[in-house]
Amino acid sequence: MSRKLLVVSGAAVYLFLYLPLLIVVAYSFNDSKLNAEWVGFTWHWYKLLLDDDSMLKAAGNSLMIALTASFASTVLGTMAGYALYRYRLKLLPVLIMAPLAIPEILVGVSLLIFFVAINLTLGLGTIMLSHIAFCVGFVAIVVRSRLSGMDESLFEAARDLGATPWQAFRLVTLPLIAPGIVAGALLAFTLSIDDFVITFFTAGVGASTLPLQIYSMIKIAVTPEVNAISTLLMLLTLFLIVVASRVSPGSVRGR
Amino acid sequence: MALLEIRNVVRRFGDFTAVDGVSMSIEQGEFFTLLGPSGCGKTTLLRMIAGFDSPQSGEMRLDGQDLISIPPEKRPIHTVFQSYALFPHMTVAENIAFPLKMRKVPKEEIRQRVSDSLEDVRLADRGGRYPNELSGGQRQRVALARALVNRPRLLLLDEPLAALDMKLREQMRLELINLQKEIGVTFIYVTHDQTEALTLSHRIAVMNGGRVEQLDEPSKIYDSPKNRFVAAFIGTCNLVEAQVVAADGEKMILEIKGLGEVAARNPGASVGETGTLALRPEKIRLGAHLVPELDENHFRGKVRDFLYMGDVTVYIVEVGEGEHIEALLPNSAAGRPRIFAAGDPVDIAWRYDAGSFLNG
Repeated sequence: MSRKLLVVSGAAVYLFLYLPLLIVVAYSFNDSKLNAEWVGFTWHWYKLLLDDDSMLKAAGNSLMIALTASFASTVLGTMAGYALYRYRLKLLPVLIMAPLAIPEILVGVSLLIFFVAINLTLGLGTIMLSHIAFCVGFVAIVVRSRLSGMDESLFEAARDLGATPWQAFRLVTLPLIAPGIVAGALLAFTLSIDDFVITFFTAGVGASTLPLQIYSMIKIAVTPEVNAISTLLMLLTLFLIVVASRVSPGSVRGR
Repeated sequence: MALLEIRNVVRRFGDFTAVDGVSMSIEQGEFFTLLGPSGCGKTTLLRMIAGFDSPQSGEMRLDGQDLISIPPEKRPIHTVFQSYALFPHMTVAENIAFPLKMRKVPKEEIRQRVSDSLEDVRLADRGGRYPNELSGGQRQRVALARALVNRPRLLLLDEPLAALDMKLREQMRLELINLQKEIGVTFIYVTHDQTEALTLSHRIAVMNGGRVEQLDEPSKIYDSPKNRFVAAFIGTCNLVEAQVVAADGEKMILEIKGLGEVAARNPGASVGETGTLALRPEKIRLGAHLVPELDENHFRGKVRDFLYMGDVTVYIVEVGEGEHIEALLPNSAAGRPRIFAAGDPVDIAWRYDAGSFLNG
């Protein structure tokens, strides 16, 4: 009896999570301007998407920002994660992790005020800086958790057997934490490419990313074109999450 | 000149002094053991010899050259870690090749030496395996092979047998003795296991509280412990409070409260001194009726308790007024003495030179 209940409630939760997404996917193939009833199958909205210059530009921006931000935050986050593991500091881990818990809207507002205060013109550059800032913490956590699962004497053994500190890091530590680094990078990429709130505050005028573009379109109406781009974005994110969970099980954490 | 010379080495961690003025010199080709309970400073000392830690004061010299200023990778010293620390992302052969690669040995020579080394540790067919595919004993042998392939001047072993089960541990002890004899590399071995220390070592340094309590050959450590700590830490020992009433040449007479006068070997104590009589259980004769021999102490008592151990039985015998002495009898098949029960009256006796007087 209780087992049946478990299966049913589990199914209900998954349905609640995925049904809205599936509806978006379905309507992206619907041959109708309205998200109301199923008319017939079409590729029309995807073709429309390919001709939409502002949409393509926004997608290009998003990709560029996500790639740069995930690369930079992976380098910085790996260094931070290594430092947190190596030096066992008390306050620093908290300071690295706190921004993950602070409401995004606060982060967005404070970044906006900060950029204005230091006279930085808002645009793609400020979006990139903001994304790097909020991704570093995630990478650091993933890398540190990977490091803390590592036998500490491995690094010493490498030194003992004739490796300089740098050789020991490159030949022993780095290959062992590589799955954590890859998972951190993928996580940073997915967080960056679909971020809305922080991007909204730091974008200024003119610069647009995919989430911002979609938002500006649905202000008028949810067109099937939005459904199409959402479906593509969903696919990309889903793919990266699957890769991340394969590379480093247990290191993928949602926000 | 000694291979490794350690003089007055001190290492403090905050208020805690881990190594407190240790001096010792280790000879070329020696199997040297640092023995002591956990927290006695033996591992800290080993880490300083390896170069993972450095002393606040004191000297360490290898072949007469200062060691402290040299980073670990430049020291001709390798370590076998307690966890073996085999690199999990490298095969067995790659693990063994690692120190050779670091020394920039030519590729062809590396291949030859790795395969010789695998042969030596009877793992010739395991070179392509990863460490997690090996048994504990095999990993142990890979760790040894990796630490020795570069022919270090000194090999440090940090409780290398602790992770193995008992049968394998005994077998590995023999292998270690043979290996050390064969290759002639100096070993410094850290353990808290006194049996291991006694069977393996040429010399043992018994450590406690960051200091060396006694540094001697195994038989000297066992038979003539310098103080109460060494006597109690190595093997089992009867330790009885005693006072010197007469001392003359080889022999001395001790007064033990509740038991009376006992003869013991004289370490050069003077009359009136108080201390401890240390007496190994296996040096005590025990029987229903013993005929006293020359130079023996002889007491009649009663079995309080006994512990059957298989090969021997340990008896706790009450003598005099509430003094308890442990003695043991082998359970040999031929002429097997009967096993006494609690309450049985028995005689115990020991030669005067079986007991040593410790004034500390």
